[in-house]
Amino acid sequence: MLELKNVSFEIGDSAIPIIKDVSLTLENQKLYVITGPNGSGKSSLAKIIMGIYRPTSGKIYFDGQDITDMGVTERARLGIGFAFQNPPRFKGISVGSLLRIASSSEKAAVGCNYLFDVGLCPKDYVNREVNNSLSGGELKRIEIATLLNRTLKMAIFDEPEAGIDLWSFSKLTETFNKMHEKKDSTIVIISHQERILNLADEIILIADGYIQRKGAKEEMLPDILNACDCNKNCIERMEIGDECN
Amino acid sequence: MSAIEKKILEQIIDLHETPQGAYNLRKNGEGVERHSSANIEIRPKKDKPGIDIFVKPGTKGESVHIPVIITETGIKDLVYNTFDIGEGADVLVVAGCGIHNPGQKTSQHDGVHNFIVRKGARMRYVEKHYGQGEGTGKRILNPQTIIEIEEGGTAELELVQIRGVDSTKRTTTAKVHKNAHLVVTERMLTHGEQLAESEMIIELVGENAAAQVISRSVAQDQSKQVFYPRMVGLAKCRGHVQCDAIIMNNAVVRAIPEIAAHHEDANLVHEAAIGRIAGEQIIKLMTLGLSEKEAEETILAGFLS
Repeated sequence: MLELKNVSFEIGDSAIPIIKDVSLTLENQKLYVITGPNGSGKSSLAKIIMGIYRPTSGKIYFDGQDITDMGVTERARLGIGFAFQNPPRFKGISVGSLLRIASSSEKAAVGCNYLFDVGLCPKDYVNREVNNSLSGGELKRIEIATLLNRTLKMAIFDEPEAGIDLWSFSKLTETFNKMHEKKDSTIVIISHQERILNLADEIILIADGYIQRKGAKEEMLPDILNACDCNKNCIERMEIGDECN
Repeated sequence: MSAIEKKILEQIIDLHETPQGAYNLRKNGEGVERHSSANIEIRPKKDKPGIDIFVKPGTKGESVHIPVIITETGIKDLVYNTFDIGEGADVLVVAGCGIHNPGQKTSQHDGVHNFIVRKGARMRYVEKHYGQGEGTGKRILNPQTIIEIEEGGTAELELVQIRGVDSTKRTTTAKVHKNAHLVVTERMLTHGEQLAESEMIIELVGENAAAQVISRSVAQDQSKQVFYPRMVGLAKCRGHVQCDAIIMNNAVVRAIPEIAAHHEDANLVHEAAIGRIAGEQIIKLMTLGLSEKEAEETILAGFLS
């Protein structure tokens, strides 16, 4: 279980508040989707959980342990994982090596199978370098595979659908579903997509650095979809690349 | 062989014992062990220090190892080696020099390597440079490589210097004939107060000659690196020069790639980039459970692999 208690986060010298006094409990084995407008603080909140950002005030507890002052490495070793929205590239490091770093060594061989789950053929990719020769979508899918390859108590995905084509998108929702059914880890996904929101046990709506609402998908989803000013089908249309007007 | 000598040998030729096939070991300025094989003959030069290596035409899948080790302080060794790779041969040449300097005086090895890769032959040449030792004496290596590749020949030069060499000035000169192909990959890591300079002149003289230079380096601490690869197209040819460096701490890296075309069908490209390790790369590997130091080492090892 992960608990944030009165967590605030400010950025820069002028101390612009990004996250404002957020208290939140994430229970084991549940799938949470964090949604909200751009710039509302979703990614910042996820990065605070991973330890990439340190909160200006407040406390973070993971399975009862105070992890507020722990670094990224220590949190990773406790079983928290994070898939970046814009993953970095590595010259000279192969996809296979990255998966091996991600997993414990005995799982290394199995690791490549996770490439299937993100719609990539392992044979074509294990020896490819994680460099500029990969497209944004390929890189994104490899990033997700590095998380699937780990034994995690909490897996955080920052906008996993961004940059992924439609075919892979349905594979991706299927993968999240499978991961959730195994009940090994708590899953936190930052997303705007209705199909991802639909996977959630609970939805957390963030706006302007606050948690506006948190609740079961059944209660939350209709309101979130109706809150959009444009046509109700705009979310589906966005998936095929249409602009939401 | 002493433990130090074995360790150096492992660093430079990945072996702790005498390799199979043709072999020449030079230690502290003298040839100490040499054997030829049926197809590869090694002869000492008569007029100056060094060896002549003849690979018979058509020799396939054989290798020749010619390591140099220096374990004494105050050695200054200049050696000339000539390689004649016969028509249609396909061989691996493993060179390399390791210096263990235990004292206060400079130990230096300057190897002048002359290659002729004959018609249709293939050669892969691996040269690793390494230095260690508790003394304050400098460890200096100034290799010169001169190569000519005849029609349809191929040469791959892999030049590696990872740690321990205080000063190096490397010059590589190549002439690539019709339908011949040259690939030079350079890997370098400097640290402390080290200085490394690499200068190359590659002339593409024959029709459809092709050459590629891939240089990757890491400069740490106060070390300084200068790269000056030059590619000259004198015929219908293709050439590509790529210099990529990671800079750390207070190091200095200069990369000055130059391409010159003397023919309207010469197709030459150069790229050069210098930058630090991106913070996101470190953080990404830390989210996989590596420490900051492990993350940095993983990134550098990948970059130089």
